Amino acid sequence: MDESEGLMNEIFGAFPFIAANFGMLMEKTSEHLIISLVPLLAAIVIGVPVGIWLGHIHKGEFLAVSITNIGRALPSLALIAILIGFVGIGMLNAMIALFLLAFPPILSYAYQAVNSADRDLTRAARGMGMTPLQVLNKVELPLGLPMIISGIRTAAVLTVSSATIATIAGSGGLGDVILNQVAYGIEGVLAGAVWVAILAILVDQVFALLLRVAAPTGVKQLRATTV
Amino acid sequence: MSGIAPAGDPVIPDYGQASECVINNGPFCGDWFVDQWSTVFWPPLVDHISMVIIAVVIGFVIAFAAALIAYRKKWLAGPIGIVATFLYTLPPLALFQLLVPFTGLTLLTVEIALVCFTLVIIFQAVLAGLAAVPEDVKRSAIGMGLNQRQLMVKVELPLALPSIISGLRIATVLTVSVTTIAAFVVDSGLGSPILKAVSSPFNTQFIGAGALAVLLAFVLDGLLVVVGRVLTPWTRARV
Repeated sequence: MDESEGLMNEIFGAFPFIAANFGMLMEKTSEHLIISLVPLLAAIVIGVPVGIWLGHIHKGEFLAVSITNIGRALPSLALIAILIGFVGIGMLNAMIALFLLAFPPILSYAYQAVNSADRDLTRAARGMGMTPLQVLNKVELPLGLPMIISGIRTAAVLTVSSATIATIAGSGGLGDVILNQVAYGIEGVLAGAVWVAILAILVDQVFALLLRVAAPTGVKQLRATTV
Repeated sequence: MSGIAPAGDPVIPDYGQASECVINNGPFCGDWFVDQWSTVFWPPLVDHISMVIIAVVIGFVIAFAAALIAYRKKWLAGPIGIVATFLYTLPPLALFQLLVPFTGLTLLTVEIALVCFTLVIIFQAVLAGLAAVPEDVKRSAIGMGLNQRQLMVKVELPLALPSIISGLRIATVLTVSVTTIAAFVVDSGLGSPILKAVSSPFNTQFIGAGALAVLLAFVLDGLLVVVGRVLTPWTRARV
């Protein structure tokens, strides 16, 4: 009886904590977003063009596949730890680690997106007299855009989620709250966990929305008539 | 007077000799790694492997059953899929911490969270594999007189096997990675030497343990590739 009461207190204690520490949570959230979105942006800027180009020339499948496999096998905690050895403590460490986590899915999705464009369609476009660049711009990219965005979506969720662990490298963010029960109490830990979970779901949903908008109109109409 | 020991040479405890690399905290000291293998690295590695295997096996059993049900009753696939996506989006550390009030700082907490992550991936892989079985193949099997059960065991499952195996591979590699984070909750697995060494900070210990985690992921992934090859000999015969 006592125990379950204590449990309830702990769980519901998280909500007053959010109300009382809203300013602090917002500050940690903005730190969190900076350390997760800056590396994401860097990974997009490098990964998307490289992926598109490799997909367009239909080369580097081995490279794309192995980068994906390696990326998936990298435990975020191990990566951050290893980087502490080379870069030291601080935000830079976290950002490099998160960049390395975000890059593989972005590159491989961008590659797949363009590489898997229907060969009949690209041949038809060629036959209509389009230059390779036009084929890329008018056929391959519009068709591949949703998949490119799914890659970014996967990477975004991954970085926001892994940024919580980056706190062990002293980079700030919501991990500071989740992993500091001494300072914030069990309510604080739970509040931080709920908060970061909501943040991850929000980020995921933003990209889900973008995904729906990004599908080319022709494909959307096709889907509407066939489904 | 007589009870006081005479002052002699100061006693300097002998802690043994550390190599140059350990004293300077170099990035990776091979000698230390080999010396400490049996105490610092091997036990967490064994714990890590057992945590991963338990999670993947339980996750596979539940996800497989759920996928079979969702395959029969199509309307269930939507809701299960939504729950699965939300579970998958949760940051592992947040999920661990949210479970702690219920199940404490125990292995149970870790396994529940790990199973949640494997569930999602395996469920989708099984369902996608089954959904990709060509209609024609199913119709001809029914035409040959196979009943529902035989159709599932002899036709649909074997054809879905490559997709199921690839789901298992992803789930296993991901679990190896997430299990390192479990060290925030229980003092077990390869995450625990990492966390301990990060606060000191002693490079060899966390780089060694981190590298072991990455290696473990590759080895388990490779094993599953071999299992997949053995289970689906027909995919190679077609070449």
